[in-house]
Amino acid sequence: MTMINKNAAQLNAMVVSNKRVGQYHQIILNVGDNAEKCKPGNFVAIKVGGDNSRMVLRRAFAISRVTKNVAFGGTIELIVAPHGQGSKWLCAQQEGALIDVVTPLGTAFGIPTEPVQVLLVGGGYGSAPLFGLAEVLNARGCRVDMLLGASTANKIYAPMEGKRSVNSLRIFTEDGSMGQKGRVTDPIPSLLSDLDIAVVYSCGPMAMLAAINDITMQTEVIHQCAVEESMACGIGICMTCVLPVANAQGEISMLRSCIDGPVMDGALVQWDKVGEVL
Amino acid sequence: MSELDLSTTLGNAWFPTPIFTASGCASSGRELAQFFALNEIGGVVTKSVMSKARTGRPTPRMAETPSGMLNSIGLQGPGIDVFIEKDIPYLVSQKARTIVSIAGETVEEYSTLARKLRSVAGISAVEVNISCPNVENRGLVFACDPEASRRVIDGVRRTLGGELPIIAKLSPDVTDLVAIAKGVVDAGADALALINTVLGMVINLDTMRPHLGGKTGGLSGPAIKPIAVRAVYQVHAALPKTPILGMGGISNGRDALEMIVAGASGVSIGTASFGNPTALVTIQNELRELLHAKGFASLRDAVGFAHREEAGK
Repeated sequence: MTMINKNAAQLNAMVVSNKRVGQYHQIILNVGDNAEKCKPGNFVAIKVGGDNSRMVLRRAFAISRVTKNVAFGGTIELIVAPHGQGSKWLCAQQEGALIDVVTPLGTAFGIPTEPVQVLLVGGGYGSAPLFGLAEVLNARGCRVDMLLGASTANKIYAPMEGKRSVNSLRIFTEDGSMGQKGRVTDPIPSLLSDLDIAVVYSCGPMAMLAAINDITMQTEVIHQCAVEESMACGIGICMTCVLPVANAQGEISMLRSCIDGPVMDGALVQWDKVGEVL
Repeated sequence: MSELDLSTTLGNAWFPTPIFTASGCASSGRELAQFFALNEIGGVVTKSVMSKARTGRPTPRMAETPSGMLNSIGLQGPGIDVFIEKDIPYLVSQKARTIVSIAGETVEEYSTLARKLRSVAGISAVEVNISCPNVENRGLVFACDPEASRRVIDGVRRTLGGELPIIAKLSPDVTDLVAIAKGVVDAGADALALINTVLGMVINLDTMRPHLGGKTGGLSGPAIKPIAVRAVYQVHAALPKTPILGMGGISNGRDALEMIVAGASGVSIGTASFGNPTALVTIQNELRELLHAKGFASLRDAVGFAHREEAGK
């Protein structure tokens, strides 16, 4: 742990585009050469509200896709749900606006060295970084199958162009308004027994990640998940975003989801102890 | 302008600038080192460390509030032995001037921590945090009790001998801050750190219960700056010879200068670093320009300037 966030930089990023996609906003930021260092799983911490804002903390967003080597500089894409005051401010930013970002932060998804078969599982807008991940995995020669779930149709994020890197995509909604009715975790046990899947990648609500982990723990399949805990700083100094994680020796400690995550080995996260005192 | 002398002292410890991290807002320095060189600022005040490793309070540990935030960490840390073995050598390797913050549950624990630090090279001063609000028993916040405060500082002073300066960190959540400040200075504190966070609470209207896992938390950020300026002003008026490390919501050079003219010899930056990893360097540059613009030849000339006698009186 000699260098933490060694690729991170604070910079003013220009909003290249900001489009509404269903319930979400797709926001593309020009981060120049910094894009070269952004990997699927990494996140960006954004100052919100302008100079005289009463919001003193940055907001963390997963980087969903990275575009390098374009004429005007590299870009990162964010999928933002305008729920709170900070995300609403961000979604209201016009093309050309400059915003203060710190990126890339946190751990990235591990990419297999061999072209294995993988399953990607996303919940709500947690699906966003999985499309960028799918491109990287596809380029590695992996067969990528994807499951997306949400409570209802307009909370599913599944862009047309994102499907190119995916062998199959199945959608589940709890109210049956899109795809199959049910939970995104329902088909996982049979998929893991029928297919030769080596890694499950997941991103979404903590309850979904825990449910996936219950399934993968019955198998030899590796579970890489992007966890979600509320953060104040995003860079490892505030100690608010901790969750209990075991090390290889089985010793449990409270790790920071910002620098020891967001991507963690699901088998090591102590899901039943999240939010408790050790 | 480059010749403006920013140097300051806390007890017998000299620092090239008056800008410090705030305890608990910089971990042990590694995380911020990606954004600026740790030896560029006055010094690093490390997160309060206890005798044993501690996991802290349950999550959620954080709630943003208007111009501030509540935290409820509960002194999570590696324990003093791991801290001395891993964190101090790193700070020394970065040539960071280091103030080690210690916290205990008993008077004896503070003395034990001081004993372990006595022989460690590379430490500029010891901050004795007797005011962390995030403990289960409010009665254990030593800084709310003048006698308990004195006993802790007295124990640390006896253990450390006269070498390392002691900075006592006090709480604003008391009726008579000056009396507590005088008590710890009598007991051997060389300097004071003012203020720790202010005890607060947020209720979550979805669950209709306190939002934080630990129910209460410490309020920090610009929301508490006037409380901090008042505390520094009052204590400096009563104890003009005792250096004060002022903190509480400092976010820019103007805030830092306000604290300095109120009586602080140095300022710590905490919550501002959460929102801006380069806040310390920015504030330091702004302070230098502002001191110059206001006609001060050195930082020292500005310390306590708000207390000067009015002309003609």
